[in-house]
Amino acid sequence: MLANQIGYYSLILGLLLSVLLCVVSIKDLNRSSKQINQNVLSLSFLQLVFVIVSFLSLIISFINSDFSNETVFNNSHTTKPLFYKISGTWGNHEGSLLLWLLVLTLFIFLFLIKSKEQPKKYRILTLLFQQIIIIGFFLFVLMTSNPFNYLFPIPNEGLGLNPILQDPALAIHPPILYLGYVGTSIIFSSSLAAVTQNYVSKQWGQHIKKWVLVSWIFLTIGIMLGSIWAYYELGWGGFWFWDPVENVSLMPWLTLTALLHCIAALERRDALTSWVVILSITTFTLSMCGTFLVRSGILNSVHTFANDPARGIFILIFLFALIVLSLGIFFIFHRENNKRLNNFFWLSRETSILINNWFMMYFLSVVLIGTVYPIFLDVISSEKISVGPPFYQKLIVPFLIPFLLFMSLGPRLKWIKSKIENKNSLIVIFIASLILTFFIIKNLTTDLLFYTVLISAAFFLFFTTLKELFIKKFNNISQTVSHLGFSLLILSILFNSILSSEIITNIKIGEKYDYDKGEIFFKKIEEIKESNFNSIIASFEIKDKNGKTIELKPEIRIYNQPVIITSEADIRTTLLEDKFLVMNLVKGNEYFNIRYQVKPFMVWIWISILLLSLGGLMSLFKRKT
Amino acid sequence: MKNKFNLFVAVIFVSFCFVIFYKGLNNSNIYAPKINDKKSIPIFEAKDFNSSAYLNSKKIFEEDTFFIVNIWASWCVPCRTEHPLLMRLSKNQSVKLIGLNYRDDPNNAKKFINEFGNPYSQIIIDNDGALSIEFGAYGVPETFIIDKNKKIIRKFIGPINEEIVEEIKLIIK
Repeated sequence: MLANQIGYYSLILGLLLSVLLCVVSIKDLNRSSKQINQNVLSLSFLQLVFVIVSFLSLIISFINSDFSNETVFNNSHTTKPLFYKISGTWGNHEGSLLLWLLVLTLFIFLFLIKSKEQPKKYRILTLLFQQIIIIGFFLFVLMTSNPFNYLFPIPNEGLGLNPILQDPALAIHPPILYLGYVGTSIIFSSSLAAVTQNYVSKQWGQHIKKWVLVSWIFLTIGIMLGSIWAYYELGWGGFWFWDPVENVSLMPWLTLTALLHCIAALERRDALTSWVVILSITTFTLSMCGTFLVRSGILNSVHTFANDPARGIFILIFLFALIVLSLGIFFIFHRENNKRLNNFFWLSRETSILINNWFMMYFLSVVLIGTVYPIFLDVISSEKISVGPPFYQKLIVPFLIPFLLFMSLGPRLKWIKSKIENKNSLIVIFIASLILTFFIIKNLTTDLLFYTVLISAAFFLFFTTLKELFIKKFNNISQTVSHLGFSLLILSILFNSILSSEIITNIKIGEKYDYDKGEIFFKKIEEIKESNFNSIIASFEIKDKNGKTIELKPEIRIYNQPVIITSEADIRTTLLEDKFLVMNLVKGNEYFNIRYQVKPFMVWIWISILLLSLGGLMSLFKRKT
Repeated sequence: MKNKFNLFVAVIFVSFCFVIFYKGLNNSNIYAPKINDKKSIPIFEAKDFNSSAYLNSKKIFEEDTFFIVNIWASWCVPCRTEHPLLMRLSKNQSVKLIGLNYRDDPNNAKKFINEFGNPYSQIIIDNDGALSIEFGAYGVPETFIIDKNKKIIRKFIGPINEEIVEEIKLIIK
């Protein structure tokens, strides 16, 4: 009750502070002092404190199961374990928007204290742009999605948290993802500020690179956590489904990755300024666009919390206001200083970064079209279609071949003008990759030529980066680690998809099922009661052709609040392969439907993504020395 | 000059996207899956909203007429928007509306009915949401059309609108 009031009023105070901050900083803009007025910093800190207080009070309402709060009532239940009561705070529309606000205010405060050596006007303008976004979100929260709505009469019990959201990976997925996703706002604000001040330069590049890296690392790990959740919890045995929501997190990742590479060109060579600015703007616009697509209910997906048109219209108008603002600023203020910059030889580091950009833009447009085309078609011809994985695979996978090849060559080039060194060793590595691939996959797939070329391109990148890592230690190690991670990622995904096998059958207790590589024995089931669900745990013995037996225990959970039946897969992970077993009830029958999958190199997908972000982390800390 | 042209193209493109998204917002959300093999209504026993007596599904769907099963709750905001349309449908003689009160507080539900009117010839209570799952519902509100053979012939996910009301009227003619 009390927490509710405190939370609500601190939100309003936070909004008022935004307005105050704008006034104070505009005044400060015209003052001649070199440093920002101390009041601005204090106000920004105070704003952050209010948002934190508001967020904490929502958490407290969740912990106390205070059902006089509508958000708590809709998303919690007294029988939930404490951990999921807390994570329920951001597992819903209102709470996650509060998290948005928290990240927005946190980042601008950190920006202000971390950018003391930057020009004053630039810092103040960044603050102003960020405050525009913050005010927009304050209004959005207060007007359409207040997390502190009061319910009377007070219900005795809440409606419960969707069971598929009750998972440890998913509990930390939103905060991590948001740090990256919303963190791009600071890149947006500061690049707009830099454009107006004509400050898109080497110094700016060095300064903003940290922020790009931070967002990129969090976004990468956040996407991975979501993917891990999908793999372990959804029980479909995959890790990426090209669901619209996955796509909207991938799109800013693609532009952010391109931006990361462009920033390198900017900080060394003062080049590609237009690219940097446009990518900064696009990244955040795509984040906002994603929020719009997901929260307005215009797309149907797991993340669509509520279908409320008022919310959709608000974000839509806000989104387009931001786009128009940034386009306007870009066209009015941005001047590309052509003279000294864009003279580089065709074979140079700059060119390879440009090529990388165009690949990223291509992947982005594929994902973007796949995601929004159904909406356009629906509006224009009222025909409903859904775009599935084959579309993305057909359009993306073949282009990975040149992409991987360029990626192995690009980093070896020097700025301005270069030639390829060690041609012989490269050719040797390439031929070795080809032969290796051919022998590995010759019996595995029908489409031999295509896969040989594709996988050897991945191996080529893998070996060249590996060689770099061990032989030239002085070189750009963070980049090499990231690229190694990427090649490993592509390799594990490819081998995973080629080598996966699956058995689907109906089976009853005590029965044995034989297949060409072993047998599955359904031993028994037992029932267990937990506070928030009842579960049926089955026990299977699986014998492979070498006679090795493992026991897998998939589970069916019947959650009580709300009543939802979920299947929990049992997964045995080893370094080489995952064994994945999931079962379902067959209605009115003693049989259970089971799906048994052997998925090689699953764990390497997560390892390689971690390696990818480790590279980013190394680059972040290298800056300081 | 080139700059102005770019600006012009950008503005046109952005406005186009805005219009599409704006329109998309208004016409989405209702998604009517095609039901290929017509499903029979589930057999169940449920509490009556007014008398708290237990009713058999056979008894509820006894009459030889079309039925509309509407899943609703007092806490569900879209239910409020579709309520006037249900009121209008209830005046139609060739169909009976059955309300399925989904996971609701009985007092709130009564208040809701008193305030907005009662379009249903019968309301049954679905306290734990299990009955709605039996019907194959994804959430609230949802509307099912049941023909004289007691088969579910159509279902609408999300609040119904004018167009759907017209479609329902065509079906039950």
